Amino acid sequence: MVILLLLVLATSASAHTTLVRPRTVADLQRSIDRAQPFDTLVIAPGVITGSDLTIGKPLTIIGRKGAVVDAAMKGTSAIFVDADNVTIDGLAIRNVAVSFSTDNAAIKVRKRRHALIRNCRIDNAVFGVYLSDCKQSQVVGNRFTAYYSEQSKAGNGVHCWTGRDILIKDNVIDGHRDGVYLEFMHRVTVTNNICIRNLRYGLHFMFSDSCSYRRNRFEHNGAGVAVMYSSWVEMTENIFEDNWGVSTYGLLLKDIRDSHIRGNTFHRNSIGVYAEAASRILFDRNSFTGNGYALRMLANCDDNTVRNNDFVANSFDVTTNSKDSRNHFDRNYWSPYEGYDLDRDGYGDVPYHPVRLYSLLVEQLPSSVILMHSAFVNLLDVTERVVPTMTPETLIDHHPRMKPLSP
Amino acid sequence: MMTRLLGFVLRDIARGRWVILYFGFFLVATEGLLYFTAGEAKTVVGLMNIVLMLIPLAALMFGTLHLHHSRDFIELMLSQPVKRFTIYSALYFGVVLPFLGAFVLGTAIPTAIHGMLTSPSVLSLLATGVALTLVFFAIAFVVAVKINDKAASMGMAFIIWLASAVLYDGLVLAVTVWYADYPLETATIAMVAANPIDLARIIVMLTFDYVALMGYTGAVFQNFFGEALGITVSALSLGLWTVIPFWIGARAFAKKDW
Repeated sequence: MVILLLLVLATSASAHTTLVRPRTVADLQRSIDRAQPFDTLVIAPGVITGSDLTIGKPLTIIGRKGAVVDAAMKGTSAIFVDADNVTIDGLAIRNVAVSFSTDNAAIKVRKRRHALIRNCRIDNAVFGVYLSDCKQSQVVGNRFTAYYSEQSKAGNGVHCWTGRDILIKDNVIDGHRDGVYLEFMHRVTVTNNICIRNLRYGLHFMFSDSCSYRRNRFEHNGAGVAVMYSSWVEMTENIFEDNWGVSTYGLLLKDIRDSHIRGNTFHRNSIGVYAEAASRILFDRNSFTGNGYALRMLANCDDNTVRNNDFVANSFDVTTNSKDSRNHFDRNYWSPYEGYDLDRDGYGDVPYHPVRLYSLLVEQLPSSVILMHSAFVNLLDVTERVVPTMTPETLIDHHPRMKPLSP
Repeated sequence: MMTRLLGFVLRDIARGRWVILYFGFFLVATEGLLYFTAGEAKTVVGLMNIVLMLIPLAALMFGTLHLHHSRDFIELMLSQPVKRFTIYSALYFGVVLPFLGAFVLGTAIPTAIHGMLTSPSVLSLLATGVALTLVFFAIAFVVAVKINDKAASMGMAFIIWLASAVLYDGLVLAVTVWYADYPLETATIAMVAANPIDLARIIVMLTFDYVALMGYTGAVFQNFFGEALGITVSALSLGLWTVIPFWIGARAFAKKDW
């Protein structure tokens, strides 16, 4: 322990801060090669042309305001991080070349620990930050902007493939393929990010257990957010808004188990939550407003709990493709609910069936969707509500709230 | 001659106060929906339900009733040297024009105040409302000319309304259930295009984002009705639904032994 402390003191005592004024990446590469481990290089404002910079030792690289690495659509990735404990702070990186054989990124880190990428502005890159097999790293406060129109050319804003303990925080990711992409990750925290106008998903999440994402905003993404094949995921206080289109979701859940979805807002999505093979998930205190389908839960979902949520002004509140349901709905607020509350405990005395007869019809006969909003269908729904015959009997809220939780 | 006759009919309608009531209803309903419903789509859907239900009903009921009430006037006019077609046209337009004005103003004034008048969904709603007024007054006149008994023709008008506004959709649904195993997109387009109320509903719905909820069928619909062919077919269908009943009614009126 004492030796370790001495080592830390020794290294920090010998660390130097150097101001460099490189014109090209080759100049910067020479400065990096001359520097001692744990030194700090401060880059003066100015454009540095070139790509394929390799940071091969633990360094802190700070870009002053106006310091830009311009890859000029040539080479592969702009910066390779090939050491542990590398910090890149405040640097701007732009114009990374598109390639169909290598995944070119503004900053690419492979098999390293303690990378910190902070306050960078990454403009027109294929991939923004690419973490492959990294641990204990952070991507904080960056801004990613890309301008692709085709998914096949574009890369992801923050791309993590294999690894654990990553923090992705306070980033703005605009116009990439996926805003944040996580695959085979553990214990990733994604907080306070804004993912907008990404071509595919705002957040794409595969085979990543024990991750949490909270207070993010996902807007106008091609297909919303997809969470697939994962367990123990915490999704809290995110905002899913305006993800509207034929096969677009606010949140797509596929093969998810033992997760919590709390306090999120789903507003104006064509499908708020689409759940397929989701089990033991708790939906608590979410708000679903103005969606086409608020919650679409397929027959292979079981043992999910949906409680204390607000369902307001959705075209369909809950839809399913089965006649029975093994999920639990309780104490939600449903805006179409027309029951009464004689004992004044705040919960309606008549149970509520959130599945409309018409939604079942559309399920089985897609072309009957042309009768949407017609008088006959409204009549049918009223009849079914009075005398339920076809809607799932077990999909029922015994304590529908009289007032929404959030006004 | 036509304009003078039209003047008589218009003055008669104005005395009846029904048009004022009709105007007032649309004014209050539109303003109420705009005031209480959040979001353009929801407001337009609410308004669309009113337009699709009420305009055909009001047109059918008032149209038949009015022709029966004008019997004295018609008989007086028939004794004059006036063409029967002119009398019939004057009666038709004399009723249709005030109702059109009442509907358009009653809907347009509140939407204009709320700054939504130029949105495509409101404009399409106004256009389809106008079309439905023309269609169902024409049908009402046929009923009134063909059936002499007032109660019977009112009953017939009501049945026509029930059939076109409610039961027809039941039939469409039944067909989709019966032939569920077949590709039905073209058939449903044909069925919808054949009924003016359904056609109006689809035209309005296609103007807002609801298409995204309609999946494959919605995409097929948008492709069809969004293109020149679809627009032609819609306009043709609504036009034929106006012209053919008008023509049948005018012929029956001309041949009728009063």
